Amino acid sequence: MTSSTPSSRKLFSNELEQRLDELLFASTSHRSAKGIADGLERLRREQQERVLHWVGVAAQSYAEIGYLVATLAPRALERLDAAGFEAWVLAGLDAYDRLGGQHAMALLRDLEGFCAAREHAPAAARFADIEVRLARFIQGLSGRALALSAGTFPHTDTETVFLPAQLASLPTQDGNRRLYKATAALLWAQTRYGTFGSSAVDIQSALARWPDRERALRWFAALEAVRLEVVLGAELPGLAAEIAALRGPWPQELRPAVERLGRADAAVSHSLTFLAECMAGDAEPPLLPHAGAIDIEAALRVRAARIAREAEVVRRALSTLKGFGGRQGAGEQAPAVNLEGGKLEFSLDGEALALPPEAQAAAQSLLQDLGELPPECLVPAGPGAWLPTEREVGEGGGEDALTSHREPHRRYDEWDYRRRAYRRGWCHLFEVALAPGDADYVAEVSLRNTALIRQIRRRFEMLRGEDRLLGRQPEGEEVDVDALVEAAGDRASGAEPSARLFCRRIRNERSLAAMFMVDMSGSTKGWVNDAERESLVMLCEALETLGDAYAIYGFSGWTRTRCDIYPVKRFDERYDAAVRGRIAAIEAKDYTRMGVAIRHLTQLLEAQPARHKLLVTLSDGRPDDFGDEYRGHYGIEDTRRALQEAHECGVRSYCITIDRHGADYLPRLYGPARYTVLDDARKLPLKVAEIYRRLAT
Amino acid sequence: MSADAGPRGIAPQLARIVAEPYYQPIGDEVALFESAHRRRLPVLLKGPTGCGKTRFVEYMAWRLQRPLVTVACHDDLTTADLVGRYLIVGNETVWVDGPLTAAVRAGAICYLDEIVEARKDTTVVIHPLADARRILAVDKRGELVAAPADFMLVVSYNPGYQSVLKEIKPSTRQRFVALDFDYPEAAIEAGIVAAEGGVDAQTARRLVKLAELTRNLKGAGLDEGASTRLLVHAAQLIADGVQPATACTAAVARALTDDPEMTGTLDDLVHAVF
Repeated sequence: MTSSTPSSRKLFSNELEQRLDELLFASTSHRSAKGIADGLERLRREQQERVLHWVGVAAQSYAEIGYLVATLAPRALERLDAAGFEAWVLAGLDAYDRLGGQHAMALLRDLEGFCAAREHAPAAARFADIEVRLARFIQGLSGRALALSAGTFPHTDTETVFLPAQLASLPTQDGNRRLYKATAALLWAQTRYGTFGSSAVDIQSALARWPDRERALRWFAALEAVRLEVVLGAELPGLAAEIAALRGPWPQELRPAVERLGRADAAVSHSLTFLAECMAGDAEPPLLPHAGAIDIEAALRVRAARIAREAEVVRRALSTLKGFGGRQGAGEQAPAVNLEGGKLEFSLDGEALALPPEAQAAAQSLLQDLGELPPECLVPAGPGAWLPTEREVGEGGGEDALTSHREPHRRYDEWDYRRRAYRRGWCHLFEVALAPGDADYVAEVSLRNTALIRQIRRRFEMLRGEDRLLGRQPEGEEVDVDALVEAAGDRASGAEPSARLFCRRIRNERSLAAMFMVDMSGSTKGWVNDAERESLVMLCEALETLGDAYAIYGFSGWTRTRCDIYPVKRFDERYDAAVRGRIAAIEAKDYTRMGVAIRHLTQLLEAQPARHKLLVTLSDGRPDDFGDEYRGHYGIEDTRRALQEAHECGVRSYCITIDRHGADYLPRLYGPARYTVLDDARKLPLKVAEIYRRLAT
Repeated sequence: MSADAGPRGIAPQLARIVAEPYYQPIGDEVALFESAHRRRLPVLLKGPTGCGKTRFVEYMAWRLQRPLVTVACHDDLTTADLVGRYLIVGNETVWVDGPLTAAVRAGAICYLDEIVEARKDTTVVIHPLADARRILAVDKRGELVAAPADFMLVVSYNPGYQSVLKEIKPSTRQRFVALDFDYPEAAIEAGIVAAEGGVDAQTARRLVKLAELTRNLKGAGLDEGASTRLLVHAAQLIADGVQPATACTAAVARALTDDPEMTGTLDDLVHAVF
């Protein structure tokens, strides 16, 4: 909270109106803030400041939300304390980021609903808080990957488990977290233990018997919860005991079911048999807070698509294997499938067939869905290359996809310092290929700077990891004859001889990967851009001499939905004509949204095997982007956050800038000794290699 | 400067393994190893950490009645550390055989554990030992030591490391008979855990179930799942009276990761099983 006012005097309506006008200036509606200001007048000063602060924050995202927050604030503050008010605004902004303005406004207007949920708030568990841990838990349980996602009600479509954004049905937060875990585990068990049928059981037709499908599904979900808990208990007794403790005793209506289905070998067919009895009566199924619902349509649709896809993968993989389909005349023969001990093995004429891992996983997944392999996937597909899946093929041709759909390569979170929270998936990152520039540019620069380059090379040659032989060591692989002779002399003369009589070889192994992040914003146009390109030429010469792994990426962009990264040289590329062409093609583009670029390049750097990782930014100014929001504090704080994240990943960062005002903000971003400010762009080429030498030794 | 203690200088004493080490064969690895020993072929053991490679070599050394020399390789291991060096006694130098030379002379089994950890130029010294020549060149003494028929070279490495720096050179790799090791099937692994850890069959099965759950997380936050070795550790704690969940948390969950969130997940998995 930034209530920096010395006075505690209440603000009057006209003062409030003026402040609101400033904050909501960006709005297109040009409504008068008079009415809102009147409403705020009766609040305490400290409350007024809080409202103004959050109106400002909200208006940065969307002015209409700012209006709404200001309008509803007096009512909200009657019901909510300071933290509650903040949470209410943040929930609205979160909804705006994820779902858009309409949802955000609806959520904020539903003040009653929010307060009701908030009353349980100390006890409520939020999906976002436990998502990572829960996702790993489910992955640990599962044989097959299962995604987690927030949804309106708990259910699974057999590839994703949907859980509500918040759970507050139990009195403690810990209890609600356990409830999440129990629900997720039971939904996982639905996909694992045949709730959606197998090759022998067709759920769709089994459920079609009942006209009241809703009621049948609810009964089915309850019966499955009974069955799956026992099935789980056979392998995971701890988990089953936790679920049992959470749910308490079974409701009376389910007691007979517990007796009949409470066997570790109970299958979905038993649940269906019992379902008929339940539907014959007129009892309503009990509500089980820990058991998810069953969305049979979604599950069967996803399941059918997966089965078709995986059967094809297995069929193609088998076809390409030796002796099956590939061999003339052997096409009619199907391989034998052996399922002993839960392991899936294929053999043909007694010879074991090893499937590629993707196909093995697909076969295992089919087994989980159907209980057997569909016969059609064992029939050869005829000659043809092995293709993993259609989707992967599509991903191969990503260039077209980029231009036609503009679906970003990656989305990155961005730190909003005012909310003290991340905006999820906020920045859309595109990797954009640079069209090769002037092929002769690098040669021309090299020629012009021959003397300098020669000097750089010589200096860097000295740094190259080479062995040194250290004499007079207490131990080592060889005897140091000089030291030995001296010691013998000492001994003969009665002096104490040295014990350091050996040579040891010291190996200097450089294990460093450097990433250069080059500012391609519009402000670099002209001298700065030339200087950047020239310094890259020098750097490449130096680094080629040194043999360090290095990569160069340019960055620029225009708002959060178009953050572009331009690969100039990837780690696995050589410094060849193509790279030289791309260095020449570096040009001034748009804006400088730095955080997302740092996050992306950190990821690339992290994948490098080197022991030390260095991220060097060449820039001409502070983080900046189109629109007021990123400019200034927001951009600095996000960049700082991104650099902290990089630091946590073991990436050290350094900034070389020619922004004379850099000293104002660079210490906050990089730390006091992690940047260099050059006063003249023309010095950049001379300095960059030198700075690198300092950093990397 | 000649060696003081006879022409060979100091040769380390090599001990034989007297008691039979516990080892549960999984496939035909015992027969293969014996065959390789008879035909004087070096052996490469591949497999994740803690799946029984070292135990297997101990067992085979006992079975074949050969002394065993084990060298844990590290990135500062020099050729001299393997072959030997001169030490100074008074005004004289004395040659001391390194573990590899000692093993060759004694016709022992020399086991280089985690060979990829050693620098590539160090491992080249084993090349003439690992092909038909079967000799070790001791440069500093100008000596060529021919390996007796009983000498056997065994190296191991863990192909699970994804680092490109931790790959074995083809020129080294292609001298060996390679045996693949992996965590045994659940039933066998439970047998091993029960036998080694001294716990009942049900506890052993649950421990193996826990290992299976953690192995599902390999590559998703964990570099490796729980090894058989960790399970045995947990079992030993349980046999000593520690609560199963506590034992697993200490011996398995905490041993696998330092990441707080991952630790939380592993705790959840421990409590799911126990």
